[in-house]
Amino acid sequence: MSAATATTALPAGAAAAGEGRIGLRANLRHIGALARRNVLQIKQDPESMFDALLMPVIFTLLFVYVFGGAVSGKGHQHEYVNYVIPGLMAMMGMNIAMAVGTGINDDFQKGVMDRFRTMPIARSSVLIAKIVVEVGRMLIATAILLGMGFALGLTIETDALHLLAAIALSSVFGASLMWIFILLGLTMKTAQAVQGVAMLVLMPLQFGSSIFAKPTTMPGWLEGFTKVNPLSNLADASRALINGGPVAHSVWMTLAWAVGITVVTAPLAVARFRKKT
Amino acid sequence: MTTRLTDNGGTAAVEVRGLVKHYGSTKALDGVDLEVRQGTVLGVLGPNGAGKTTLVRVLSTLIRPDAGTARVAGYDVLQQPRQLRRVIGLTGQYASVDEKLSGRENLYMIGRLLDLPRKDARARADELLERFSLTEAARRPAMQYSGGMRRRLDLAASMIGRPAVLYLDEPTTGLDPRTRNEVWEEVQRMVAEGATVLLTTQYMEEAEQLAHELTVVDRGRVIAEGKVAELKAKVGGRTLRIRPADPGEAAAMAEAIGQAGLDGVAGAHVDSAEGLVSVPILSDEQLTAVVGLLGGRGFGIAHIDTHLPSLDEVFLALTGRQPAPEEPTDEAARPSRGGQPAGPDRAEPNNEKNVEVAV
Repeated sequence: MSAATATTALPAGAAAAGEGRIGLRANLRHIGALARRNVLQIKQDPESMFDALLMPVIFTLLFVYVFGGAVSGKGHQHEYVNYVIPGLMAMMGMNIAMAVGTGINDDFQKGVMDRFRTMPIARSSVLIAKIVVEVGRMLIATAILLGMGFALGLTIETDALHLLAAIALSSVFGASLMWIFILLGLTMKTAQAVQGVAMLVLMPLQFGSSIFAKPTTMPGWLEGFTKVNPLSNLADASRALINGGPVAHSVWMTLAWAVGITVVTAPLAVARFRKKT
Repeated sequence: MTTRLTDNGGTAAVEVRGLVKHYGSTKALDGVDLEVRQGTVLGVLGPNGAGKTTLVRVLSTLIRPDAGTARVAGYDVLQQPRQLRRVIGLTGQYASVDEKLSGRENLYMIGRLLDLPRKDARARADELLERFSLTEAARRPAMQYSGGMRRRLDLAASMIGRPAVLYLDEPTTGLDPRTRNEVWEEVQRMVAEGATVLLTTQYMEEAEQLAHELTVVDRGRVIAEGKVAELKAKVGGRTLRIRPADPGEAAAMAEAIGQAGLDGVAGAHVDSAEGLVSVPILSDEQLTAVVGLLGGRGFGIAHIDTHLPSLDEVFLALTGRQPAPEEPTDEAARPSRGGQPAGPDRAEPNNEKNVEVAV
């Protein structure tokens, strides 16, 4: 079996685990089976897709028509479209990630998790499968967002490749945020508590960034905050990838944040899942 | 698999030594030793809060013990959890299937997680659905299943990987008698096919139906163990209950039985509230002798039945007190009589019921 062949590539630390080690191919197969489970759950409960389907529509309309005039002048809302849509791509990832945290709390209190934890699979695969499916949901939301954007006059100043890069970047960053919310979801007792904490953290991060308005219009202390806010990096990167302009700094900063967040929170989340009884 | 020999010459599929797990001041496991021989069923009998579920969770690698060792199919729960997970199956008191998925999808998923190729996973799922009479419901989400169907699906899910050792944690708690019988039949079939089973239960009847050997636990400790027949003898076997045709004759009947000196029949009690005469018996021969005696003396009998000692009565006999006073079960919901000094060989009548315990 592939589980046995993997023993030759064992990292030293896992030596004690010996023959029980799970190989990469088996691991991918497990993640596939578990992701399929998450997709089937959505099929059984289509309402759980409402957020991914409606959020981009409502946000786009709200921000373009409520703030668009204020930012770009009455009758010039379409100019705001190219500013805010790349920003909303960043926000979408955050909102979907938050939903992971609240959903996981519910899902992980079910008996089926006990079954998974008594099976010869890597415990991380349950969490990774969840993230794979949630990134899929995020991509659907992003597609709808871009569709709305095009309907309201969004133009791609660069090319399709840059647009794809922007989508990929927000997916990677969104996936890293999901680890934070999974950790929260596994740590806190109720879905409501997760939502409460998440909202408190999200609101300042989302609005205290370059997503909706240019930081140069903000007071100095807030402008300073937007500069260290990773959401600003992501919004700036998406904007530059779609509208043109220097991308290197914001893209690297975003990737650095994504990697940093994942490296810190993913092992904590897996450990938390392992210990949850 | 394992080749370790135990004292009685059999091969131990599960070996537990000095297992301890404390939750704060609660001693869920307080030094448990037990052994399940390969191909047999060990019944772990105990009230709620006795530590049964904690034991199963330790043996399935869900929680780590504070002290002690446990080996399953030769694998150590702490040192070799991954290998161990390959050879066990677990069916808990609460269904551990995904309620939003259909029965078939649940089984297919588990097959894939056990590294079966797609085709084999599908075939195995269908095979088990058929075997557990779930074929018709195969495409319905498990949340629409009845309690019995869910439990059967859960058993099927535990069987996918043909586990060498199966843990059944109160597999029939909360099921109606018909469904319970179905689950029992399935378990007996699995054992006939060579599975080793560790079964926890609160019901003496279930233990008698399924288990070869019994371990009685209370407050995290083993308080008795042995073959089912041995334990039954220890706690007085069955109780024969006789309803006289003429209720006024109950006392006379009891007296006649008491004075007859039948072999192994210690005496009889009158349960005046129920109008019954109860006689503790150990064998069918004694039943026949008692009934024959009464017939010979010209007593009219309206109804007879026998019943196994309940968990309460087993505990009463073994410990001289009610089980788990801090966490009463449905069965043990009567007021506790804590601090009962009676020795394990003799117990007092238990409230309304007349329980006579021999030796």
